[in-house]
Parts: sequence; structure tokens; C-alpha cells
Amino acid sequence: MSSNSVGIVSPETFRFDQALVFASGRSLPNFELVVETYGELNSDKSNAVLICHALSGNHHAAGFHHKDERKAGWWDAYIGPGKPIDTDQFFVVSLNNLGGCHGSTGPNTINPETGKPWGPDFPTPRVRDWVQSQKILMDRLGIEQWAAVIGGSLGGMQAMRWALDYPDKLRHCIVIASSLKLTAQNIAFNEIARRAIVSDYNFKDGRYLEHQLIPKQGLALARMVGHVTYLSDDAMADKFGRDLHNGSFQQGEESKVEFQVQSYLRYQGDAFSESFDANTYILMTKSLDYFDLAREYNDDPVSAFKNARCGFMVFSFTSDWRFAPQRSREIVDALVAARKSVSYAEIESKYGHDAFLLPNQRYQDAFRAYMNRVAKQEQS
Amino acid sequence: MRSELDILQNWIHQDSRVLDLGCGDGALLEMLRQNKQVQGLGLEIDPYNITQCISRGINVIEQDLDEGLGNFQNDSFDTVVMTQTLQAVRFPHLVLDEMLRIGKQCIITFPNFGHWRARLYLATQGKMPVSKFMPYTWYDTPNIHFCTVKDFEFLCWQKNIDIVHRAVVNQENKRSAIARRWPNLFCATAIYQVSK
Repeated sequence: MSSNSVGIVSPETFRFDQALVFASGRSLPNFELVVETYGELNSDKSNAVLICHALSGNHHAAGFHHKDERKAGWWDAYIGPGKPIDTDQFFVVSLNNLGGCHGSTGPNTINPETGKPWGPDFPTPRVRDWVQSQKILMDRLGIEQWAAVIGGSLGGMQAMRWALDYPDKLRHCIVIASSLKLTAQNIAFNEIARRAIVSDYNFKDGRYLEHQLIPKQGLALARMVGHVTYLSDDAMADKFGRDLHNGSFQQGEESKVEFQVQSYLRYQGDAFSESFDANTYILMTKSLDYFDLAREYNDDPVSAFKNARCGFMVFSFTSDWRFAPQRSREIVDALVAARKSVSYAEIESKYGHDAFLLPNQRYQDAFRAYMNRVAKQEQS
Repeated sequence: MRSELDILQNWIHQDSRVLDLGCGDGALLEMLRQNKQVQGLGLEIDPYNITQCISRGINVIEQDLDEGLGNFQNDSFDTVVMTQTLQAVRFPHLVLDEMLRIGKQCIITFPNFGHWRARLYLATQGKMPVSKFMPYTWYDTPNIHFCTVKDFEFLCWQKNIDIVHRAVVNQENKRSAIARRWPNLFCATAIYQVSK
């Protein structure tokens, strides 16, 4: 474990014995959130930063759960001592969102009314519902105002929603590889993923847990489609090219040919299908599809952002075609027109949408520069 | 004795909104924030400069001027500034139009190619001038649209652009009577305040 790792971390479960009413009108009688924190909350509680996770993320954003854990948390490259989100300066809060499948109340937890797993009956949260639950967590932690709310992709949508719904509760909003709303193409990819899952024989209308089944094939297929869209043509060409994993094209010989990219995708799909819940995947993609920041503002993001009071930093990545730079520029343009404090960097990267998770010198430098600014303000 | 930026600063109002096209490392906006409490925003394309701006607490947007400024609303800034960049854009006249659309007033500075040294260099050597102030070779330079004081004023006249102020500095970046009297010959950097 390197010196800039947060080291061994353990999640904590917070139970809330209060009903939570979702935007859809449905509600949870009570709920639990699994949370990890890194760094120390300072005496005036002004250095807290909230991390909002994306589609397949969870509370485990940095460090290791035990010394033999193979992979660090999903954003370990950016959270830790001396890293852009510097845990020597900030108290970092990372949770598993409601509807997730890593411990927070979700489709794979028990519905108190039936005594069975929620499954498909779990109410589909909208981004604002997550933000509401994060606000309740914030109150429990005794934090009055976030120094920053930070998120990539679906997480960026939560960060923006924070800025509109609780304008006094954050000083900075960092929106990475995100969008004001999904495009039709983006919704289409999500629909392919959902169809793959519900078409699996083992899906059983989402009640697979009651049948002790898991729609692994469907979930793996959904992940494969998603994964391709999170990479770029160039990144895949670099990583796999047309290299063969098995077989050959030798003349006079017939062998079972498998490209490296096939083997990789299958591995990714299989691994994901064993660690993720199918209903959660469906629910998360729906939340993504439904999000539209300016819907209640006559589809005008400028008037939406008028309520915001925090500073904004927006990042996009050149090869990201799922959340293209143009989507981030729409955010930035609306913020400028709404006369908000905003900076924007379009980071050169060949890694597509996944770039927001990966080490990249320029991204790290600019991110760190902005976070230093956040830290300075917090002291003054 | 004041430099180009000091002169420019005098034309900027206290607490106003300033857009700086090609803001570099944010030094100008930082100065204006300190001295005039402006709300500044810079546009820049150089990654290093962008990070410098962020470090300074200057708001900066990664945007290429050559791809237009259509994302900015009419009259959304009190002043649009462009220092030493006019000669580097693809269509200076269109950028000028856009600046006047976005800003209530505009401030532009550019190196005067009509300066006697440039003329002398071209006249005696027969080659494109290369100097401390214009250090690039003709084939590899960001400066693709050099102009003279006369050229710029002719463009303003053609476009019906009002020249509110003109200030000139010599090669030592100082005001001089001779440069004021014969700007097209003795002005090294021209500084204009223009409006619609």
C-alpha cells in the first residue's frame, strides 16, 4: 500500500428510522445507508466533501477493506493524502446510494412489509431522491455545509442537483463527465442493457432472489454493452487491437478463434454479474434516463442554475462519446449565462467516459488546483 | 509611465463583469480583481495556463476563439478584453464583431506591424521581421494576421465601430509623445477602447 493511500477503511451503516418520500410519491418506511469516510472532520466542520457515485459505483471510493483486497476503491487515484481530493485537508464522505446493492437499502434488501427482498418493487429513485437522502446523512454527521460536492457521470448529476435543491449547503460543485440530461442515444444504450437483463430466463420479473436465481447472463451482457460505450475506439484499439486470445487463422487449419477483446469483455461481464444486482442496474439506468436538470424550469438550464450559489468546476474528456464534451459545455454555457462562478477544462484523453476514473496528469493538476482553492476558502 | 495593462485597467469600471479572450495564466484578471474588484472570466486553450488560472482563483473556460463565441449572450459582459491576441485568430474581424455583441465595451491590444523597426527590417533585409517582440518565423507562428494601427482603424471605420480611446506605447512599453504623434510609425503596442 503506497503512502498516498487512505489505507485500510471500513464502511459504517447508518440507520434512519424515518420515512423517505420519493419524487414519484412512493416511500420507504425507513432506510439504511452504508458510508465510508476518509480524513478528519475539522473542529468547525467546514472541510467535508461529499462524493456522489455513478451507475455502478458504491461507497468504497478509496483505500482497501483489508490488506489482501486486490483492488482499491473505485476513485482511489483521486482520493488520498496528497491526491487531488486530499484527505490531509478534507473529510471525505462517500456513500452507497439508495437502491444500490452494496449494503444501503435497495432491491436486494428486505422489504419490511413483505419480509422478502424488495426486488422489482423497490421504488425507482430519481437523482433528487438520492440528494435528499444525502442531505439526511449530512444532518446526521452534523455537517452544516459541504466544502464541495463532487461527482462524475451520474454522480455529477447529483452534484448539480445539490446546487439547485440545497443552494446554501455547498460551497463548490464539481461536475465531471456529466450532462444536463441524457441524449436519446444514451437512453437507447441503457434500454439495451435493461432488455438484456429482463430477457434473461432467470430474471423472473425481477423476483430472482426469491427463486434463489441470478440473471447472470443478462447482467453480463448489459455490462458488456455499457463497458464498450465507456471506452473509445482508440483505447480499445490500443489495448486489444486484433490480438487473438485463442486459435489462429493458419491456412489449412480450423480453430476456434477468440479475440482478446472478446475474452476481456466476457471476463468483465462475468465479474460484474457476480458482484452487482440486476434490479439495481435497471433502477440506476432509469434514474440516469429520467434526470433532466431543467425540466421544472421550462427546460431552461439558465433559469435552473439561477438558484445556485456555489462555485462550479466542470471537467470533460475529449474521447468521451457517452457524455461528450459538448454536454459539459452546455452545463458551462448555462452557468455563464446564469452569471455563476464557473471554470471548465476539457481534458485530452483517449480513454472515453472511463477517463474520469483514471490517472491523467493534466486532469489531476487542474483538479488539485481547484481543490486547493476550495480548501483556501474554507480557511478564510 | 505606465504599461499597456495599466492603461487598459483605467478603462475598466469598478465591480464590472470582464471577459478576457485568450486570458493566458490569468494575470490580467487577477490584477483587475485586486484593483477593480471585477468579476472576471477568461477563455484559454493552453492546458498549463488553464491550471494556472484555476490556481489563482480566476474563472477560466477552455474554449477556442476560432470556433466562435456564440455561446455568450448579447451584452452579457461590461467589458470584453483581448490583449495581444487579435493577430493570432483566424478571423479577426469576426472576433471583433462578437466582442462588440457580447460586451458593452471592448478593449483590444495588438502589436503594431507598422512600427518603423518592422518596416526597416522588411525594407533592408527583404524578410519578414523577427525580433524580441515578434520572435516567430513566418512559417511557424501563432501570429497569422498582423496589422498596423492604420489597418485596424480602417477596419473600425468600415464597420462603423466607435473608437472611444486610443493609447500607444513604445518598445519600452512606455507612453511617448512621439508615438502618440505618429502612432503608425512609433507605436509598438496599440491599445484601443471601442464600442458599437
